[in-house]
Amino acid sequence: MIERILIANRGEIACRIIKTAAKLGIESSVIFSKDDEGSLAVKMADKAFLLADSKNNSQEYLDIEQIIRIAKKDKIEAIHPGYGFLSENATFAKAVEENGMKFIGPPHESIKIMGDKIVSKVQAKNCGVSIVPGVDKETHNFSEARKIAKKIGYPIMVKASAGGGGKGMRVVQNEKDLEDNFRSAKNEAKSSFGDERIFIEKFVENPHHVEIQIIGDKFGNFIHLGERDCSIQRRNQKIIEESPSPFIDRTIRDAMAIQAINLAKSVNYYSAGTVEFIVDAQKNFYFLEMNTRLQVEHPVTELTTGVDIVEQMIRIASGEPLKFNQKGISFTGSAIEARVYAEDPSRDFMPSVGRLNKYAPPKEIRFDKRQIRNDTGVNEGSNISFKYDPMISKLCVWAPTRKKSLELMVDALAEFRITGIKSNLSFLIDVISQEKFQRGEFTTNFLSEKYPEGFKSRNVKNRDLEYLGAALLSLQKSFALESRSKNGSFPETRTYNPEDYFIHWNDKIIPLSWSFSDGCHRVKNRKEKEFIVKFGKLSFNEITSIQVNSRILKLWLSKKTDGYLVNWKGYEGELKIYSPEISGMLEFFPDKKMPVSHQALNAPMPGLIVSLDVVAGDDVQLGQRLCALEAMKMENVLYAERAGKIKLVKCKKGDILSDGDKILEYE
Amino acid sequence: MNKILDELENRRREAKQGGGQARIDAQHKKGKLTARERVEVLVDPGSFEEFDMFVSHRCNDFGLDKDSYPGDGVITGWATINGQIIYLFSQDFTVFGGSLSETNAQKICKVMDMAVQNGAPIIGLNDSGGARIQEGVASLGGYAEVFKRNILASGVVPQISVIMGPCAGGAVYSPAMTDFIFMVRGSSYMFVTGPDVVKTVTNESVTAEDLGGAVTHTTKSSVADMAFDNDILALREVRRLLEYLPASNRAGTISKKVYDDPERIEVSLDNLIPTDAGVAYDIKELIIKLADENDFLEIQPDFARNIIIGFIRLGGSSIGVVANQPKILAGCLDVDSSRKAARFVRFCDAFNIPILTLVDVPGFLPGTHQEYGGIIKHGAKLLFAYGEATVPKVTVITRKAYGGAYDVMSSKHLRGDINYAWPTAEIAVMGAKGAVEIIYKSDLSDKKKIEGHAKQYEERFSNPFIAAEKGYIDEVIMPRSTRKRLVRAFKSLEGKKQVNPWKKHDNIPL
Repeated sequence: MIERILIANRGEIACRIIKTAAKLGIESSVIFSKDDEGSLAVKMADKAFLLADSKNNSQEYLDIEQIIRIAKKDKIEAIHPGYGFLSENATFAKAVEENGMKFIGPPHESIKIMGDKIVSKVQAKNCGVSIVPGVDKETHNFSEARKIAKKIGYPIMVKASAGGGGKGMRVVQNEKDLEDNFRSAKNEAKSSFGDERIFIEKFVENPHHVEIQIIGDKFGNFIHLGERDCSIQRRNQKIIEESPSPFIDRTIRDAMAIQAINLAKSVNYYSAGTVEFIVDAQKNFYFLEMNTRLQVEHPVTELTTGVDIVEQMIRIASGEPLKFNQKGISFTGSAIEARVYAEDPSRDFMPSVGRLNKYAPPKEIRFDKRQIRNDTGVNEGSNISFKYDPMISKLCVWAPTRKKSLELMVDALAEFRITGIKSNLSFLIDVISQEKFQRGEFTTNFLSEKYPEGFKSRNVKNRDLEYLGAALLSLQKSFALESRSKNGSFPETRTYNPEDYFIHWNDKIIPLSWSFSDGCHRVKNRKEKEFIVKFGKLSFNEITSIQVNSRILKLWLSKKTDGYLVNWKGYEGELKIYSPEISGMLEFFPDKKMPVSHQALNAPMPGLIVSLDVVAGDDVQLGQRLCALEAMKMENVLYAERAGKIKLVKCKKGDILSDGDKILEYE
Repeated sequence: MNKILDELENRRREAKQGGGQARIDAQHKKGKLTARERVEVLVDPGSFEEFDMFVSHRCNDFGLDKDSYPGDGVITGWATINGQIIYLFSQDFTVFGGSLSETNAQKICKVMDMAVQNGAPIIGLNDSGGARIQEGVASLGGYAEVFKRNILASGVVPQISVIMGPCAGGAVYSPAMTDFIFMVRGSSYMFVTGPDVVKTVTNESVTAEDLGGAVTHTTKSSVADMAFDNDILALREVRRLLEYLPASNRAGTISKKVYDDPERIEVSLDNLIPTDAGVAYDIKELIIKLADENDFLEIQPDFARNIIIGFIRLGGSSIGVVANQPKILAGCLDVDSSRKAARFVRFCDAFNIPILTLVDVPGFLPGTHQEYGGIIKHGAKLLFAYGEATVPKVTVITRKAYGGAYDVMSSKHLRGDINYAWPTAEIAVMGAKGAVEIIYKSDLSDKKKIEGHAKQYEERFSNPFIAAEKGYIDEVIMPRSTRKRLVRAFKSLEGKKQVNPWKKHDNIPL
């Protein structure tokens, strides 16, 4: 078997591959850019090689020539490309093989066919795979796009031919929006993939996204590892994936798997691959694309089948035949993956970059009835750079049933703590806690339907607020009494008569009364329901457990004046505790809104100006496109938040801006 | 007897009405609490004992003899906050606009005198239209009596002012001399002359908020320390501040039970300093990770943000922190940051609060703006403050400690008790580039040579070892174990006694 591999990637997937390599006794090397110096992957690898700077952003990891040179010099036997970057670059795969090394992935010919959305569709059609209506050739310009769109009818999908992972992919509802989207998709395609070819197809409404994982060896043996349901997506970016799918049954899955394997066979495929389908409400499925690489969401399959997909890829690349057939694969339990992103859900999921001030993931466990796995490439103190993908980690859980698995996921996410940058943790909890999601009733439109206005924060349930209030009111009283006692300890033997308090949380206020007797904090709500509160070991830098009746609340707490900054089950906010008198006085204060004038447009995040659509003197309308900022390989269009005349434009195309830098001023 | 009790009850009821219901409603309408409500919010429930409730003015001019209110527009007394005794006065805007009369001033002076005598903090809640004009010079005398007490109490007991309404003219000078000033956004103002006078005299049009509001004074003038959205938030924050302060300069160090491991290791601090010397980082992360319970009370958070000051606890004891902030202006020292830190260092020293200094300073900010602004004199204030301070002083150099700024930032030479450096520390006269351009002037035209010299200089000086060899650094410590080291260091200094030479007082370059 191969003994020395190079991983031509970064972040969590590099770490993931290193783990399997280590398990197999293989020496692993990684390449890294200057930004990734000191990253977890570099620390974990046996060897690490610094990539020389490249002229363009994040292009180091795409520098084929340099990577091959490093690999040869280090006498590398095989290269694993991970996902993204060069993973689906046929030229790279070919170059690896031509330089006497093995490419841990499929043959470059299959990559080439499947990597082209138009060619792959023709291929799929030819071997009997069901496909979506559309035009299977490139659309050159806007006027052509308009004609095609008219023919197949709106809504349509504008896609980068070389695209993937939601990049360079846009849904257009009507002709009015076509020009903007066509232009953006083309720009993104060019900057992300260096290939600006675009094509158009019919957009299937309310679809499910289900994909089949296959593995084939170099001897023509194929197996499938079941499906993954990746319907929970935001802007075509997968957020939550699970296996098995709660939507399709076994018959449909097997039918999809047969088509998937047929397609793979038709291009002489080997290694791991994924065939993506969209499934409509009537459970008709259509071929979407084939990903000729390891998928981000592969862990859910590993959890339900017990197969280490990376290991199989390495073995197959080494020339080993598959050691099991389809009968040897069994599917057990339910696995879910939630992608934890560095982004701000309350600001339209803008990427959030900076230092991970606090990074405390839940503990990984592998028990018979529960497993928690956290694939990550960061640790506390790591930097999330705007140059790369904003994913922080992939939190995966497994349990015997979907219900148990969902519960475990919510608990695991609730325990997860990230500060210094914004993350989507509470959003993930909110999504998973939705009844419809729990029942397995969702399509790829789930997020846009459930969160039409975006996501600000989780709304606390009154019942939960009472438990939280009882816990923190008792804590506050305990501290107050402790600081007043001479020897610094809370007098456990005394009795304190009931005192009334009001708990303020965002715009909710609930009354609770507190008393202390028989060594217990006793809190009562308005209906005289009693909460008995007990503290474990208290901490303000770790998760703290407080027991309220039979419930154990696991909280992240920071002390604030008259309250606490709380993070619990995805509820985030400042809880304040006031006496009834003070609570009443708060009514005298009107909401003092300091005038917010949009006198200027400031960069909401660091990034590169890729287009400026206005000049000084322009009259702009509310909602008009002003400019686009590229960060983390996504084009973020900034729109006018007010109508008015532009006084001056402070930057130009190609400028790199910091968070808060002025882009333009209104008159 | 019963008659007297009835009268007492009636008089109390009358006094509690202040200027009457209509004026109380007007006060509420402005988004302000009444003087009594403020006291209730500030102090522990039921702990307030009022003095001089029935005092009224003695003025007979301009019809004032027919207009009199018990208490005369200010509420005074003592109470407890978190169980600690404090003295307070709260000006009542509903009575003569809270204006200061002779008797009103006497009431304030009485509690100030008691605070000093009994060694307890004095808190003033200011909401006053100014002098009681009808009383003339008697009112002015009253002001001066208060000023005098502010001066004498300075450095003896903590003095805290909360500006909760207008505070104009001479009235501003009482809070100005106290240790901390809190203001309420949108309802409090401080200025020597109001917008109308400004307009008449200089023709400048300015709103009261812009001229002397909370935002102005906490971001531009630094007259005030913190701004809050309403009365309650401001008053409750006073309680939090007091948790860090001793009752007086005689009270010794204060400590509290904390829920944190003094030996807590913070691995992530090992990579806090970016590998690229040109990249900034947030020193607040260090402060928060060092502090007990990650709790940090920042003072003047919105002014001269290139230096950070505030309070934390280490091993339960209250500690004053001064830290350069590399994120803002590269953390340099300038006029504003020097003034801000100097006053804070002197406050800590006056009240025996040990000082932790975190150093990452590239030097003093150069330029005409700074020189004309008197950076020499202002920079000297910080130098002076550190040098004269006799409280325990522990310093950690995290990265740059260049030039004169190295000396200033609680260096060993200024009687720093324990001076640590991280392995990333660079203690030098200046950065390598600047240094070689001076040392190797003749090679300036040869870029390669200069680069070589710079590299050599870096290897020689961009580390903590030269300073450590000379004993200017006591120990090079790992970032991850800094908290543990600091808790031990301050513990070891608990018995510190240091006395400056006898003098009437020093002559700090004001």
